Amino acid sequence: MSDIKAATLEYATRLGDDSVVLGHRISEWVSYGPFLEEDIAYGNVSLDYIGRARMFYTYAAELAADGRDEDDFAFMRNDREYRNLLLMEMPKGDFAYSQVRQLFADVYYTVLLPELLQSKDETLSAIAAKAIKETKYHLRRSRDWVLRLGDGTEESHKRTQKAVDQLWGYTHEMFDMDETEQLLADEGIGVDVSKLRDAWLKMVTDILTEATITVPEDSWAVRGGRTGYHTENLGHMLTEMQIVHRSNPGCKW
Amino acid sequence: MNEISLMPEEQYQRLQQRNAEDVKELWDLLDEVKDPEVPVLTIWDLGILRDIEREGDSVIVTITPTYSGCPAMDNISTDVTQVLNDAGYADVKVKTSLSPAWSSEWMSPEGRRKLRNYGIAPPEDADLDEDGLTPDAHAQCPHCSSRNTRRVSEFGSTACKALFQCNDCNEPFDYFKKI
Repeated sequence: MSDIKAATLEYATRLGDDSVVLGHRISEWVSYGPFLEEDIAYGNVSLDYIGRARMFYTYAAELAADGRDEDDFAFMRNDREYRNLLLMEMPKGDFAYSQVRQLFADVYYTVLLPELLQSKDETLSAIAAKAIKETKYHLRRSRDWVLRLGDGTEESHKRTQKAVDQLWGYTHEMFDMDETEQLLADEGIGVDVSKLRDAWLKMVTDILTEATITVPEDSWAVRGGRTGYHTENLGHMLTEMQIVHRSNPGCKW
Repeated sequence: MNEISLMPEEQYQRLQQRNAEDVKELWDLLDEVKDPEVPVLTIWDLGILRDIEREGDSVIVTITPTYSGCPAMDNISTDVTQVLNDAGYADVKVKTSLSPAWSSEWMSPEGRRKLRNYGIAPPEDADLDEDGLTPDAHAQCPHCSSRNTRRVSEFGSTACKALFQCNDCNEPFDYFKKI
């Protein structure tokens, strides 16, 4: 396998991991939403992410060409083999916490996907084209909620500010580059995420300011997801997500 | 005054493609396959059916998902295979194509009419907001045609729909989002 092909396989896996982990976290709200419509909205957004993960994994499986399929990528790898950003795996927390995480992720995809659309790799570009349209709707919802909660009651403001403070240190990792991603960025296949932080920060700052939330200082950062070093939360999540598949190996329905 | 109905370019191209195919009978045959979530619409109406090719004895059908996570795709693949098998085509392959990304513009004029009759407002029955997204009011009610309506939720019973309620007849209804 050429270096570029191997890097593309790794890249598609990373993007798939981000999507499936966030998609699963969002799905944990189903039947716990504050009201029916919101419950359904969570289910819809979750499906969009899981659909995205399926597209990335199917492509990764095609590149790997070793007999694995999308399910093997999702269900047969352990936490140390997952390469998702830590932000995506944080537990759902309270409603403010989930919406703030969602805002950080939605703004990230808002700046990332138009770049991925330009990829020389046709499959990555096609996945970006589908995802861009969905992300517009996702962002409008998370933005509305953060405004409403931040600029809401004393309690909702307090919780939103706390969520922003707790999650801020997990956002730096989104803009890290390593050798694999640098190689792909140089080839016009991957995105140079290190160039996206300014745009991300501006959008997030504008929204948080409007929501009367203080943007935290960059005083701490946690990293490790892209190299397989996760918080303990991912292992617990995968246990639940993978149990049915692992208990019934090879089962098709 | 009667409105002159204009067909968007995308729909015209699809119709041209269908009429030019040498496997026209297969396109007609697949009109039997409905979307499991909106059973009045065929996969042609929705624009999910992209292409049909014959290679020797095998038939290759290309479909495209409306939304990334559309859970109906697996059902649709099975239904396509079943319909063609029943018509005597034993070797059927269903391919999923992501590019170009599905657009609600591809929905056929017949599909839009059927949607409305079914109680779902088609994409053009609302004026989009400045960001090109579903507006928070004034999608036309498919039951009483009033424009005095409001959006209840951005995300409806499926990923492709938003939920509205009519202020005049009070009926809730789904709006098929424009993407």
